[in-house]
Amino acid sequence: MKRPSGQRQPGFLERARSFELRGWGAAGRARNVPYLLLGIALILFPILDSDSSQVNVAADAGHWILLALGLNIVVGYAGLLDLGYAAFFAIGSYAFAILASGQFHIHISFWILLPVSAFIAALFGVLLGAPTLRLRGDYLAIVTLGFGEIVPRVFRNATPITGGVNGIVGIDQPRLPPILGWDGKFGFNPVPYYYLILAILILSIFLINNLRNSRLGRAWMAIREDEVAASATGINTVTTKLLAFALGASFSGFAGTYYASKLFLVVPESFSFQAVSVVVLVMVVLGGMGNMRGVIVGAILIYTIQTYLLIQLPGWIDSATAALNIDWLTKLDLGHYAQQSNYLIFGLILVGIMLLRPQGLIPSAQRKVELELGTSEDSLAELQGQV
Amino acid sequence: MRFFVEQLTFGLTDGAIYALIALGYTMVYGIIELINFAHGDIYTVGGFLGLTAISLLGLEHASPVVLIPGLVVVFAVAMAVNGLIGVTIERVAYRPLRNAPRLAPLITAVGMSFVLEGIIFLIKGPNDVSYPNLLPSGNLNLGFASIGVANVVIILLALGLMVALNAFIQRTRIGRAMRATAQDRDAARLMGININRTIAITFFIGSALAAAGGIINGFYFQTIRFDQGFRAGLIAFTAAVFGGIGNVVGAAIGGFAIGIIIDFIGGYFQGGAQWSDVVVFSILIGTLVFRPTGLLGTRTQER
Repeated sequence: MKRPSGQRQPGFLERARSFELRGWGAAGRARNVPYLLLGIALILFPILDSDSSQVNVAADAGHWILLALGLNIVVGYAGLLDLGYAAFFAIGSYAFAILASGQFHIHISFWILLPVSAFIAALFGVLLGAPTLRLRGDYLAIVTLGFGEIVPRVFRNATPITGGVNGIVGIDQPRLPPILGWDGKFGFNPVPYYYLILAILILSIFLINNLRNSRLGRAWMAIREDEVAASATGINTVTTKLLAFALGASFSGFAGTYYASKLFLVVPESFSFQAVSVVVLVMVVLGGMGNMRGVIVGAILIYTIQTYLLIQLPGWIDSATAALNIDWLTKLDLGHYAQQSNYLIFGLILVGIMLLRPQGLIPSAQRKVELELGTSEDSLAELQGQV
Repeated sequence: MRFFVEQLTFGLTDGAIYALIALGYTMVYGIIELINFAHGDIYTVGGFLGLTAISLLGLEHASPVVLIPGLVVVFAVAMAVNGLIGVTIERVAYRPLRNAPRLAPLITAVGMSFVLEGIIFLIKGPNDVSYPNLLPSGNLNLGFASIGVANVVIILLALGLMVALNAFIQRTRIGRAMRATAQDRDAARLMGININRTIAITFFIGSALAAAGGIINGFYFQTIRFDQGFRAGLIAFTAAVFGGIGNVVGAAIGGFAIGIIIDFIGGYFQGGAQWSDVVVFSILIGTLVFRPTGLLGTRTQER
């Protein structure tokens, strides 16, 4: 835990400045070429995929990336462990489902509800956060976990409003004015959803990147590193944390609206701790807390493991064991185990990353320093002999 | 009156199980200030260990003469093995991160919870596993109400374990070391207390008590499931917070109180059972917001 004092801060600021400058210079343009190519590839992707099955997978992966980006604001930037992130996703989904379906014969446009349900999710973030963000970090984790359990149960029990266990079916889908021979109806065609989530993601990445480099973003990181010192420099820690909570929640509100309209239905079971909160946390932790590129990669990796690898793997293993023709190996039925091992895999990722590479696969340079050398919270504790 | 006594008995019985789990949470939190998210799943593992021991000994259809010493062996073995599992988890997953930023051990604990759940899932599958009921059947007629003998046995068994634990913490050398470590780790170390060993013993005792809770829960409800520890763990943590986290007596009182609250909601309100979790988790949030020290806790210093 020994760290030469005062060394990290100027180093970080220089890095941050050079990062901003890089985007504009001639060298910066060269650096942007891979991103430009990636962008073109992403736009052309649906044209190359003739039956749109891969586009559908990508469109579903999109809302997970959005969720991970939102949670990264809370966990990665502000350093608050939110174990009830699914609650805000559920609130966003249900807000849209109630206001745009046959449930109460209300049919407000998707484009209006997209920001509205994000706002509702953010509002609940503030409602939960305002009394609880004063608590110490581990209490906050358990409070959010409790909240994450309450919300789906309320949706399941409040049958007259939410349809109970059956949820709400027949949710409206987005519509655009007809253009270029396309009637503008989204229907069940994954291609328009793909472009929609791509647009939402690009906008979100741009917004979050600006937030991170703003005064607010720096305040989040200051609080994460040392709450007492941040408070001493005049940062209102409760308001700042509350904004992280609300903004994180609002992105899951976006994701919820998109998810509900694409899936056409919402049921309370899809918002459990195991199904959402932990999965998104694993994405953020695996990719690298506090680094957007890492979080996106983490989200894609986990989504791939969950929806592709774990489903394909049993078949591969079965054919491999059959080909090897070893009796005891076939009897072990490894394929059966592979499909059911997502709990174990997620658990091992969380433990393994924290023990071996706490900064994640693609670390944020600043977070890496903190996690390796400790934050000044620990140094202060060490000074006071409390470690 | 009859209905009230019955509900109270059910509540105290559920509460006894929650209290046994809550003790592990509160002891671990008291000594290293870590919410051991894996504790609920350690409880599940303990239940399954007991089930394995029962079938290895063939106690399902044993005569009463064999049954009682057999059950003592089952409890002893399951509690000891589960205790060692708890110690292993602490050694592998928590100790290396003891001085890391606070977020790291919390995330590891969530991960450990999923590792345990995943392992049980792979071995025992996704469905309810049936558990033999080896508790005495029949009812005690009190005149104004009749209560199950099994309920009385469970409550007395849990109370016995709690009294033993309290005596251990208050009277023995190791118990004093645990209290000293919880108060001030460095000062305790300077007094010659082996901190690592003391923390390991705390995990051992907590996990052993969880195993006892897991076996009792199996007998009482006659089914057990790989993911039961998540809900039970959260409820037991609520009990620990409600009673005052870090306080052993508080955890016991909190456990019984939460058990009674859950059963009264289910018993006295039409359709109340499906809301009981919402109420309990609201109590958790409410307690942390308005009275973070709980009923009996002392204020822990913010670091």
